[in-house]
Amino acid sequence: MIDYLREIISGTWSLFVGLGITIRYFFQPVVTVQYPHQTLPMTPRFRGHIELVKDEETGETKCIVCGMCQKACPSNCITVNGEKREGVKGKVLTEYTLDFTKCSLCGLCVESCPTAAITFSKDYNLAGVRKEAYIFDLKKRLEAKN
Amino acid sequence: MYVDPEIIRLLAFLVGVIAFAALNAAYLVWLERKEAAHIQRRIGPKEVGPFGLLQPLVDGIKLMTKQLIVPAGVDPVLFKIAPILVMVPAIMSFVTIPFSDTLVARNLDIGLLAIFAFASVNVLGLLLGAWGSRNKYAVISAARVVSQNVAYEIPMLVTVVTLVMISGTMNLSKIVGLQLGGFWNWNIFNLSASPLMPIAFLIFFVCMLAETNRAPFDMAEAESELVAGAFTEYSGMGFGVFFMGEYANIVIGASVATILFLGGWDCPFGLFPGVHWFLIKMYFLIFTVIWIRWTYPRTTFYGLLNLSWKILIPISFVNLILTSAMLKVF
Repeated sequence: MIDYLREIISGTWSLFVGLGITIRYFFQPVVTVQYPHQTLPMTPRFRGHIELVKDEETGETKCIVCGMCQKACPSNCITVNGEKREGVKGKVLTEYTLDFTKCSLCGLCVESCPTAAITFSKDYNLAGVRKEAYIFDLKKRLEAKN
Repeated sequence: MYVDPEIIRLLAFLVGVIAFAALNAAYLVWLERKEAAHIQRRIGPKEVGPFGLLQPLVDGIKLMTKQLIVPAGVDPVLFKIAPILVMVPAIMSFVTIPFSDTLVARNLDIGLLAIFAFASVNVLGLLLGAWGSRNKYAVISAARVVSQNVAYEIPMLVTVVTLVMISGTMNLSKIVGLQLGGFWNWNIFNLSASPLMPIAFLIFFVCMLAETNRAPFDMAEAESELVAGAFTEYSGMGFGVFFMGEYANIVIGASVATILFLGGWDCPFGLFPGVHWFLIKMYFLIFTVIWIRWTYPRTTFYGLLNLSWKILIPISFVNLILTSAMLKVF
């Protein structure tokens, strides 16, 4: 009998303790991020699709059109083209296309680049309705940024 | 043309009661979502209108535009009649509820009995809907609902009988009338009638949760076990009416608890009694009901029956005997 009553009282008390915890949470500030209106800064090691890096001195790309990234890519999604120009040492980049529909974000291109001319971007809002939207012209993106 | 003012009064109350039930059903969903969100430290609905206040309206429009699917093999009559059987008694119960000393549609002398009579039809609606929808989850749910309601009707009615013994009337207005004058007169603190009165209130509240199939006793709609229980085959507004009936029943339950234990429209300090105090107490109880839902996990079915048969029923009988003894002695 005593055990029966003790169990009822301790059980009822534990229910009130639970209610106390939830009501305290009720009055605490909200912790969620209201996503489309607010965003969190991306972590520095976030691996998005690749992007050309701007050379701070010249304002141009660091790419020397060696083609290492194109060779390293296991899914052949990078196309690099360049040409010789009068008075410029080395080759000049004319095309850098990333076919993001094939890219697996392995990062071998970034690792293989001898001049650190490509890096991972922080883009993640990549929803689209057409396949062509995912063939990125990275040279244009860099110029648009300048 | 002469029209009896009584008829106009009743028509006004009819419209008012239906509007009150429908508005409550709509906005309790909003309250439920908001409260759940804040307990989980989210915001909840916020996009449609300020603070998401237009969300219930949009939800209602969405439900109404959806097709009412009647699956093959269901009992066409029972399937269609069940949501109405849940909704109509809930609205009818509002007729006897006194919101204040003047604001009551029909001051029945057996108002309390009428409310409990209507409340049991709710179970019948769920049972018929589940049986008629020819779905194994629904039938399991119906079996659970019936045994749950049988189990919890007993302690609830025993507690109510205790209260009727103290008050000597089943007229809800008179029951409140006996509690006027300050919170020390309320039945929950009426320790001279029975020292177990606060516990009787707890028993009544737990039984009310179980009768309205609210968490942690939501066996009828145990979505993790039974898909959606009795509502599995319902779509569109059929489901919507079931839901409105459930919320209307919560309002009824909270109102009855307010009237029986918390002094109805009485102010705790004896000042300015009126309908606002009734609403404050009622919505506080509803807030607690929702708060409980977002605190406790669902009980097991045996735990639910054990709680009723081993704890609530013995204690409510002890309270009944104690009260009758004290009434006889003093």
